[in-house]
Amino acid sequence: MHPALLGLLTIVIGVSGCIGYFYGSNLLLDKVIFPARGPNIGRNINRANLIRPWLFLFPAIFALGLYLAYPVVETLRLSLTDRDAGGAFVGLQNYSQMFGEPKFWEALRNNFLWLLIVPAGATGFGLLAAQLTDRIRWGNLAKSLIFMPMAISFVGAGVIWKLVYEQRPVDVEQIGVLNAIWLGLGGAEPQTWLTIPLWNNFFLMIVLVWIQTGFAMVILSAALRGIPEETIEAAIIDGASPFQIFFKIKVPQIMGTIVVVWTTITLVVLKVFDIVFAMTNGQWETQVLANYMFDKLFRANDWGVGSASAMIIMLLVTPILVWNVRSVRKETQ
Amino acid sequence: MDNIAGSKSGLTWVTHISVAILVFLWLFPTVGLFVSSFRTADQIATSGWWKAMFPATQNLQLRAAAPETQTELGGLYVIKGNLFTEDRRDQTEISVFGISSRAIDAFRPGETAELREGGTITVAANGDYRMENTEPFKGKRGQRVFVTSDIPPEFTLGNYDTVLGKDVVKRLVVFAIAGLVFFVVLRVLFKDIAGPVAKAAPAVGGIGLILALAFTFGLSTGTVEGAQTTDSMSNAFFSTLTVTIPATIIPILVAAFAAYALAWMDFAGRAVLIAIIVGLLVVPLQLALIPLLKLHLSVGIGKGYLGVWLAHTGFGLPLAIYLLRNYMVGLPRDIIENAKVDGATDFQIFVKIILPLSFPALASFAIFQFLWTWNDLLVAKVFLIDATGETTVMTNAIVEMLGTRGGNWEILATAAFVSIAVPLGVFFAMQKYLVRGLLAGSVK
Repeated sequence: MHPALLGLLTIVIGVSGCIGYFYGSNLLLDKVIFPARGPNIGRNINRANLIRPWLFLFPAIFALGLYLAYPVVETLRLSLTDRDAGGAFVGLQNYSQMFGEPKFWEALRNNFLWLLIVPAGATGFGLLAAQLTDRIRWGNLAKSLIFMPMAISFVGAGVIWKLVYEQRPVDVEQIGVLNAIWLGLGGAEPQTWLTIPLWNNFFLMIVLVWIQTGFAMVILSAALRGIPEETIEAAIIDGASPFQIFFKIKVPQIMGTIVVVWTTITLVVLKVFDIVFAMTNGQWETQVLANYMFDKLFRANDWGVGSASAMIIMLLVTPILVWNVRSVRKETQ
Repeated sequence: MDNIAGSKSGLTWVTHISVAILVFLWLFPTVGLFVSSFRTADQIATSGWWKAMFPATQNLQLRAAAPETQTELGGLYVIKGNLFTEDRRDQTEISVFGISSRAIDAFRPGETAELREGGTITVAANGDYRMENTEPFKGKRGQRVFVTSDIPPEFTLGNYDTVLGKDVVKRLVVFAIAGLVFFVVLRVLFKDIAGPVAKAAPAVGGIGLILALAFTFGLSTGTVEGAQTTDSMSNAFFSTLTVTIPATIIPILVAAFAAYALAWMDFAGRAVLIAIIVGLLVVPLQLALIPLLKLHLSVGIGKGYLGVWLAHTGFGLPLAIYLLRNYMVGLPRDIIENAKVDGATDFQIFVKIILPLSFPALASFAIFQFLWTWNDLLVAKVFLIDATGETTVMTNAIVEMLGTRGGNWEILATAAFVSIAVPLGVFFAMQKYLVRGLLAGSVK
C-alpha cells in the first residue's frame, strides 16, 4: 500500500479507535456494569465514578509503561547480560569493558564540557537577549528571529554551521565565513575547524547554544515581565544604575526560572546526538555519550555495552529527574 | 516598565546596537544557507555567499585575435573583434583595462593605449576592440589585454529543480499566490455572515484551491537530467510527512483524556501518577531504543511506519499529558460543576467543554510534536529505516548527502533548506502557541 494512504488509514483507525474506546467503555460502564437505575442506583454511580478515571487513563498509562518505563528496566537488564552468549547474565562485565575503552572516557569528558558550556552559554545569551529586547520597540521582531533556530532540526543546523566552518586551500577564496574572518584578521592559513582536537568540541557546542538561546530567551523574558514593578521603581529612586538594577534586583527575583531553563537545557545536552552524528560523527575526539551509544548499538552491534552506556546517560539524568519530581509534588500538595 | 527604566536611560542606543548585533549573529548562518541554495555550484565554490548580493569584480587576462587576421585599410593595419566569447558578451562590462601585467588598470574603456611593439589599441566597455598600426602586426599570438569587469549578482532556481523536480518551486509559488487571492476574496464575501462555517470557509477555500491546482497541474514538469537527488529528496519529503502527521495527531487524543482525569477527577494515586509522568518527561529516549526495537521485531511490527508512529506516540505522551493537565487545571471550576449539576457525564463534559476550551494547549503540543517528529533523526533511524533504504526521512537523506557529497554545497544547501522550510513556516505562523506551550511546559 502507498505509505501516504497507510498514513491516512492509520490516522482514521487511530482516531476512531481512541474515540470508540473512550465512548464505548464509558457507555459500557454507565449502562451495563453499573447502571444508574434500579435499587442500587447510589452505590452504582459511586462505583462507576471510582472506575472511570482508570478508563480515561488506561491507554496513556499503557503506552507510557510500554514505551518508557519498561525500557528503563529492560535496558538495565540488557546491560548486565551478553547478547552473544545467548543473553546470559554477566554481571558488571559490560561496564568494565566500557570503562576500559578510551573512547568512552573521551565521550564522558566531552559530555561534561558540553554540560558546563552549553547551558551556561544559552542561558547567558538568552538572559541578555530577553533583557535587551524587552525595552525596545522592535523587540518582538528581534525575539522571533533569535527564537527561529528552535524550529530548525539539529541536522539542518549541522549543515548550516558546516558551511560556516568550511575550509578551502589557502590560495583559493574562502567560502566559509569563519575562515574568511580568520584570514582577514591575519591568520596564516585556513583552518579545518572541526578537526582541531578539543577546540572542535567548542565549535560543535556553538551550534547547540545557537539553537537553545531562543528557548532560554522566551522563558526568561516572561519571567522578567513578571517582576513586580515596585521593586524596580524603588531601586531607581534609590539611585541604582541599570546594571545594578539588572544584577541585584532582577536576576535574584528570577533565579528560580533561570534554574529551570538551565536544567532543561542540561537535559537536551545529555541527549545530544544529531549534531555530533551529522557534523563529525565522533571523529577527531568529539565523541559524546549518545553518539557513542549509537555506535555501539548499530555499528558494533554490541547491545551489552550500548545498554551500559545508555544507563550512564540515565544516571546523569537522575538528579534532575528527582529534583523535578520533588518540586512538582510540592506544588500539587 | 518602559516609562521608568527605559526612556531616560543613556544606554538606549547601546541597547539598540547590541540587539542588532545579536540578531545579525543569530540570523547570519541561516541566511548563508538560504542564499547558497540560489547560487550555482561555480558561484558557491569561487566566492563566499556574503558576496553574492554585490557585483563580483573579476580580473581577466584575455587575448585579441592573432596578427594573421589583420586587414589593411588605406595603409592602416587593423585587427578588430570582441575580447569575450559569444555567451558572456552581454553580461560583462569592462570597468578598466590594461596591456601590461604591471598596470592592469591603466586605461578606461574607450581610451586608446599605445602598444609597446608599435600601434594602438582601443577597448570599448562591451569588449569590442580595435588595434591600429601603420606597419603590419608581427608575431603569432594576439595582444594580451588585462580587463577588470563587474559581474552582476545572479541567482537561480536550478538547485531546487535538481532537488525537488523541475519547476516545483515556481509552481508552488504560483499556486500559493492563487490560494491567497482566493482566501482574501472569500474573506471579503463572507465578511458579514456569522457562524463557524463562514469563518472557516476562507482558510479551507484557500488551502483547497492550492491542493486542487496541485492535483490538476501536478507539481513537477519532470526531472532534471542527470539529477539523482530528485527522486530521493521528494520521496524523503513525503515519507517525513507520512511519519509526522499521524505521530502528531494520535498522542493528542490519548493524552487529552488522561490529562482530564488527572486534572478533574478524584481518585487514589493521582498525585503519584503526576509525579511519575514528570519523571518520565526526562527519561532519555536512548534507553528505549534497544528494548523497543526488540519488542517491535518480536511482535512482527518490524521496522516501518507503524513502528515509528507508535514510538513517537509513546515518547510524546509525557509532555502532552503534562502540558494539557497544567492547562486544564487552570480552567474555571464553576463551568465544570455547573455542567455536572445539570446532569452531564464526565465524557460529555470532556468532549463538549474541556476539549474546545483547551484548544490553545492542544495547539501548542501539536506544534511541539510536529517540530520534534519532523526534525527527528534518531527515532527514524532506529524504528523506520531498514537495510533496503526504501523509506527514509529528510534528516537522514541530508546526513547521507553530507557523507557522500560533502562538497556539493549547492545540493546540500538546497536539500537542507527544503527540510527546514516547513518547520520554519509552522514556526512563524503559530509562534504564539509555541511560546505559550513553552511557558506552560517548563517544570517550575
